[in-house]
Amino acid sequence: MTVDSLQHSSTATASPTSGRSIWSQTAALSIRSMIALWRQPATVVPSMIFPLFFVALGTSSFSRAINLPGFPVVDSFLNFALAGAIVQGVLFGSITGAAALATDIESGFFDRLLVAPTARSSILFGRLAGAMAFGAFQTAVFIAILLPFGLNIKSGPIGVLVMILGGTMTALGVGAIMSAMALRTGSSEAVQGSFPLLFIMLFFSSAFFPRQTMSGIYGTLANLNPVSYLIEGFRDLTIDGLTTWAVVRALGFSALLAAFGMGLSLRSLRIRLGRQ
Amino acid sequence: MKNLQTSTLSAATGLSARNLRNIRRLPSAFLPALLMPIFQTVAFSGTFYAITQVPGFPTDRSINWYMPLGVVMGSSFAGVGIGFSTVRDLESGFYDRLRMSPAPRRALLLGPLLSALTRAVMVVALVTIISFGLGARTTGGPLALVTLLAAGAGMSVIGTGWGLGLAYRFKDMRAAAIMQLTLFLGLFLTTAQAPLSIMQGWLYDVARLNPFTQILQLARAGFVNEMAWEHIWGGLVAIVVISILTTVFAWTGLRRLQD
Repeated sequence: MTVDSLQHSSTATASPTSGRSIWSQTAALSIRSMIALWRQPATVVPSMIFPLFFVALGTSSFSRAINLPGFPVVDSFLNFALAGAIVQGVLFGSITGAAALATDIESGFFDRLLVAPTARSSILFGRLAGAMAFGAFQTAVFIAILLPFGLNIKSGPIGVLVMILGGTMTALGVGAIMSAMALRTGSSEAVQGSFPLLFIMLFFSSAFFPRQTMSGIYGTLANLNPVSYLIEGFRDLTIDGLTTWAVVRALGFSALLAAFGMGLSLRSLRIRLGRQ
Repeated sequence: MKNLQTSTLSAATGLSARNLRNIRRLPSAFLPALLMPIFQTVAFSGTFYAITQVPGFPTDRSINWYMPLGVVMGSSFAGVGIGFSTVRDLESGFYDRLRMSPAPRRALLLGPLLSALTRAVMVVALVTIISFGLGARTTGGPLALVTLLAAGAGMSVIGTGWGLGLAYRFKDMRAAAIMQLTLFLGLFLTTAQAPLSIMQGWLYDVARLNPFTQILQLARAGFVNEMAWEHIWGGLVAIVVISILTTVFAWTGLRRLQD
């Protein structure tokens, strides 16, 4: 399923075919989604506050755990906790954009976009661009807030840029998967209802403690959970420095997630357009 | 006087029964309060399994530490759930009809309290059974279950008073977010994740002063220590004091609703 085929499947009376038009429509819709986040801070504040709250709690509660066998060599628990906070924030923040897409479907705005001379793909990409911008913003803000509290990113400014890029792609991936759910169900409640699933994915991973310290079925689940490897990519950049393996892990897993999410969401968009 | 007492009790029982029937009619409203503490117990025990190896940690079973947290949190959210349903009743107009009925005003508080206690018993029972299946063991004998139940019941009363008070004041779902967030913060700024003995930094002082720490200690009394009065009395005092405060908060809110 390509973007072009989505555009040609359009039933609108004035089908936009020029690349410039698609870009301008996507830009306009992404600005709209970002303005919506700005106007309704209550929907995004939890995804900013809670990860920082858990970092603050963990740093105080588990500071002595860094000497445990299996724990990676870190200067402080704060350095260990950053990666989990970034992924946690991005996972939860990405639900907001997808829920807004579902609300557009519920309220009929999606249908109005369909009868307007709008490229079908730009409706989706506009939302995802908003999610990406928010993911980048979250990653940068988390790092900026935690730096004065002793956060030490061994990979330096380049590592920070890699993390922001990784956060952006993770937001794209998760936002796209959630958008696929929004397009399939057309229900913001269903999208919001996926929150516990993300919570479970996060907890059954190495977000809050290293996999090496877990045992039994819990350790097995954390080993199988792709979120563990996504988080550990970010963590390597913080505690190991700028190594090729760290960059590959941070960007590779987020890129895979983004590719999978995009494929899924484009397929869901095609199915919805076919239904309509 | 006897008639008044009878009608208070019968109206409260009726309201409580209605609340419990709503569990069957609208399971999605209660299931999170039931499933969340189970998930929390399992997730925390698994994630922080190794924390018990830190010198000074009072138990070698992580589930013994985190199961009482799940019970306390689940019970408080069972109480807060009553606040949610009251908001729904306020929004739908059902509460206006209740207030116009000849039911004594105190029944409007007593009924929800009874149903919150029933819900809390369900939470305590389910979380305890599952936790024992996953390896939790008492260190203080059968009395451990009594202190655990006392902490759960106390937190459900606190959650109900807090939830009702906010519901009466806000009269819409804005109250729901405040109910959850405040209790969540109150319970996590304690020894929820780790004991004071291994804590460092700002949380140590906050947790030491937070009365919910005492309630958690009560819940854990027979799971991490030998049963001793010194681990119990603080939690009982905290429950009584906070319950009175939150019930007064709810009662003044109800009176304000009538004005």
